[in-house]
Amino acid sequence: MLTRFVIPRLGWAVVTILLATLLVFGAMQALPGDAATQILGQNATPEAVATLRRQLGLDQAPVERFISWLGHALSGNFGTSLVSGQPVGPEVGRALVNTAFLAGITIVVGFSLALVLGLVAGLCRDRWPDSLISTLALVGMSIPEFIVATLLVLAFSITIPIFPAVVVAGQNASITELLPAMPLPALSLMFVASAYIIRMMRTSVIDVMETDYVHTARLKGISTTRLVLKHVVPSAILPTLNVVAMNVAWLIGGVVVVESIFNYPGMGSLMIRSVQSRDLPTILLITVIGAMTFVVCNLLADLAATLLNPRLRHPRNAK
Amino acid sequence: MTSATIVVETTQASRGTLPGLRRVTRSILRSKPATLGFALVILHILLAILAPLIAPGNPTENNPAAVLQLPGGPFPLGTDTLGRDILSRTLYGGQYALAVSFASTALAVILGTVIAGLAAFYGGWVDQVITRLLDSVLAVPAILAMLVLVTVFGSGPEVIVLAVVVVYTGGVTRVVRAAAMDVMPKDYIVAARARGEGVFYILSREVFPNILDVVLVEFAMRASWVVLLVSSLSFLGFGANPPTPDWGLMVAENRSLMAVVPLATLAPIVFLATLIVGLNLAADGLAKSLGVDRMKEILG
Repeated sequence: MLTRFVIPRLGWAVVTILLATLLVFGAMQALPGDAATQILGQNATPEAVATLRRQLGLDQAPVERFISWLGHALSGNFGTSLVSGQPVGPEVGRALVNTAFLAGITIVVGFSLALVLGLVAGLCRDRWPDSLISTLALVGMSIPEFIVATLLVLAFSITIPIFPAVVVAGQNASITELLPAMPLPALSLMFVASAYIIRMMRTSVIDVMETDYVHTARLKGISTTRLVLKHVVPSAILPTLNVVAMNVAWLIGGVVVVESIFNYPGMGSLMIRSVQSRDLPTILLITVIGAMTFVVCNLLADLAATLLNPRLRHPRNAK
Repeated sequence: MTSATIVVETTQASRGTLPGLRRVTRSILRSKPATLGFALVILHILLAILAPLIAPGNPTENNPAAVLQLPGGPFPLGTDTLGRDILSRTLYGGQYALAVSFASTALAVILGTVIAGLAAFYGGWVDQVITRLLDSVLAVPAILAMLVLVTVFGSGPEVIVLAVVVVYTGGVTRVVRAAAMDVMPKDYIVAARARGEGVFYILSREVFPNILDVVLVEFAMRASWVVLLVSSLSFLGFGANPPTPDWGLMVAENRSLMAVVPLATLAPIVFLATLIVGLNLAADGLAKSLGVDRMKEILG
């Protein structure tokens, strides 16, 4: 299982991350002007620009720069930010912790709630709880994060002012300082990210309820609670885990919008700022982290699928 | 007449599993949510096309004398900070959203289908290389890829189309390739290969008609995501350029004044939400009537 299944996938995962970084690096090379002109502004003398370029290592050929970046990156040194002059690692690390905290709340609270709602909808198929939950899920699928966030601000910051509309704690705030501003960003992400999970859970619960073993269990006369907990949930949750894994990767996109709306000092705000200032080392580290998240989620989804369908365990049938 | 119809449908059924256009239409009309979805989408297309005729004013004209007006008089939904008519801007807003989203979705689906067909046809290392390359593109967070592309090439509509194509072609290819792979070992393809037919013939005449259902659902589903993504980009300031009337941009421009002129934010929100709800319901209806599992397509 380990050598046949995990090792080759891990190899490909590394290649995928490397290629993804190379793609972003290549795209950034096409930019007219670079960080040197960006930092010094329009009126800088050509000499000053040339000096700064040399200092930042921008005068080398792109290939050389990528290889040297890669060499340093493998030893854990991701370079210094072209804007702040500080090492990129700690800066991105701080943002990552903040984002991981926000995403963590969303995943734990939002996804468990979504699984329960999906279960309820599936069990009450075509009755009012199902209609209500399915409609909510449809709305969640159809409304961009920025609209959910805007409406939440309108409701809970302007009409009934109980939560702050933006984070005022600043870029270097600790988690405890961020905590009071957390509810609205977390709610916005939860609403949007849960929609597909609710839907998938509902579908798989309905599928499981039609199976012979559930019918048999019912005929045996076991209680509904036992039926749901022992038979329905374990079988229905595995296909849903796949969607959960995909959703974690999708969260990255939502995080960018939500963080920028609430001025939350995480990876999303950092991404926008570093793209705007063409801060290549920061962008590359964010790409590495994003690609890693994608790859790990895919691996977990594949693993879940393999556990679910033993036929896939045979190497010839592996994707 | 009836017998002729039946003949047409049976010949189609014998080529593959695709139901005819008539059956699909009937099945969509029988489902209330699907009908509502298609109606909403058609309504939005009509509003966008007819905007110049029905909008009460010019969507980009500033009126310094009538700034932040509440609804009434010549401004049925009020005005924004520059005195622009909210209703006109909202009505025109569909043009950018629909044109950019439709063009980019269509391009991504066409390109993805062609790549998927080639990967499935040649198999072996060609397939491996294509799959791995597309996986790497998919591994770049979509929003980061789009931000980078917009920064590099500017935020014109053609760049947004390009960015969506870059971000979504990989996903389309994944799904369509799986469908094409299922079709490849079928007898009619083996027979066509044995006859010595070329790649183009086999892909366009034998493979494509039999995976059309998957491609269509893919288009409908992607369209709703693309509208969402394009409006989010505009909201972040990386999409439509001011003063283009665009819903995402309008929400960004007016949301700090929600307490003063709520309709300036709420009107584009309602339009955007109804369009995407319509697209989602339409995609669901289409998937159901074509017998495609939508959740499976999402997972790829």
